[in-house]
Amino acid sequence: MRYIGLFIVILCGALLLYATQDFPAWGDPNSPASSHVSPHYIQKSIEETSVPNLVTSVLADYRSFDTMFETTVIFCAGLACLLLLRTFIQERGNWYYRHIPTEVTLHIKDARRIPKDIKDFERIDTLWVPYDLIIKTVCRICIPFIQLFAFYVVAHGDFSPGGGFQGGVIFGASLILLAIAFDLRTAIERLDEFKLGVLSALGVFLYAGIGMLCMILGGSFLDYSQLSKIFPVDPVHIRALGMLGVEIGVGISVMAVMAIIYINIASEGRQDEGL
Amino acid sequence: MHEFFMEIVDKYNYWLYIILMMIGLYAMIVKNNLIKKLVGMNIFQTAIILFYISIGYKEDATLPIIVNAHGVHSPEELAINTAEYINPLPHVLMLTAIVVSVATLGVALALSVKVYQQYKTLEEDEIRMRIRESSL
Amino acid sequence: MNWLIDLFILTLVIVCAIAAISVRDLLSTAILFGAYSFMMCLLWAIMGAVDVAFTEASVGAGVSTVFFVAAVFRTTRRTKD
Repeated sequence: MRYIGLFIVILCGALLLYATQDFPAWGDPNSPASSHVSPHYIQKSIEETSVPNLVTSVLADYRSFDTMFETTVIFCAGLACLLLLRTFIQERGNWYYRHIPTEVTLHIKDARRIPKDIKDFERIDTLWVPYDLIIKTVCRICIPFIQLFAFYVVAHGDFSPGGGFQGGVIFGASLILLAIAFDLRTAIERLDEFKLGVLSALGVFLYAGIGMLCMILGGSFLDYSQLSKIFPVDPVHIRALGMLGVEIGVGISVMAVMAIIYINIASEGRQDEGL
Repeated sequence: MHEFFMEIVDKYNYWLYIILMMIGLYAMIVKNNLIKKLVGMNIFQTAIILFYISIGYKEDATLPIIVNAHGVHSPEELAINTAEYINPLPHVLMLTAIVVSVATLGVALALSVKVYQQYKTLEEDEIRMRIRESSL
Repeated sequence: MNWLIDLFILTLVIVCAIAAISVRDLLSTAILFGAYSFMMCLLWAIMGAVDVAFTEASVGAGVSTVFFVAAVFRTTRRTKD
């Protein structure tokens, strides 16, 4: 198997190396990739859409169909991960509890649990260690600032590197940080699976909804200049606002899907214990 | 023959990208462990993204963000020269590629956790042996 | 001068990639994959693709590595090859 693999790899590599003699030189401004549509994007982006960041204006306005289906792909991946792994069978036995006043830890081996309304016992994970004060305090301070930064990245995507996708991933990473520093159950209390599912579908719906709104108002799908019939903004600046709307939709969807995938992989679908 | 050779040596950066792609392909074919196959898949994907980004580069050009454009109301004040800005089109296509790669990675890791729950191993030859034994 | 930094980081990228598929401990594979992802992000930032580098830094060196570590935690850490 290893020799077949090596032979295939060397054959493919040799064919690709033979093909590189037709490639343009490094950094050539007149290469074929830079001479057909992209001069139009570079020159006309400020005039037609008033957005300085060329990557965001191409992604969310000139090629917004691609971005809508990319959001749909991310939503389907979150859905697939949830459907593959989710089980409702609880393990029998092996519950760990900690008595808060005396800090004694208990390991209960059979299937009976301590009822939730007894306030002195809290349930802990299998791999819990008692040295977690510094991690919990630092993460409790850092998480609001990470979320604020995520909102900034989404909102400022028109003028600086950023955009909906990057901001959504940073927000999702803050939820994963909450799940790792505290308990998985703490993160699930804040956003349970129903809310996460609704949020991830809401993002795609917002994107397609803005497109349908433009179509209802008389233009083609995702033609943002038709929105100036409703809002009192001129047709060039309304395209920047339409882009902001779809980027918010992308950010919401991506945030929910990152949290769904992490919660289901780290707990093997049972959603009670994690990393 | 000599200038054919010199022409190939000029394009050494494409060589390195092809070597990286072939490392990823080799890991996907030859390795037995499922997690290593996934790492190989991701190496292949990021090497292809690197290749596309290197096509859009222009010598002595700046980032694809128009300078001095914040708050400008009449676009005729800005003289935009297309040779001064890097081509933004490969960047846009590769953003979609990164998103798709992380979605694929999430589903593939969920599948490998399920495989481990069923067969208690992640090595491909042991899985094949256990499938054959369980179907006898 | 620019091509010197490019060549250095590209060499580091290839070393990280070969090491990530050759070690025997799957947790080390996950961490080396995070390092490879971060080096790729630096390379793209040098080439001027700042949006793509931002995305790769948050996705590859952040969330992807966490997914790998979570999956290794739930399966096994040892491997034969």
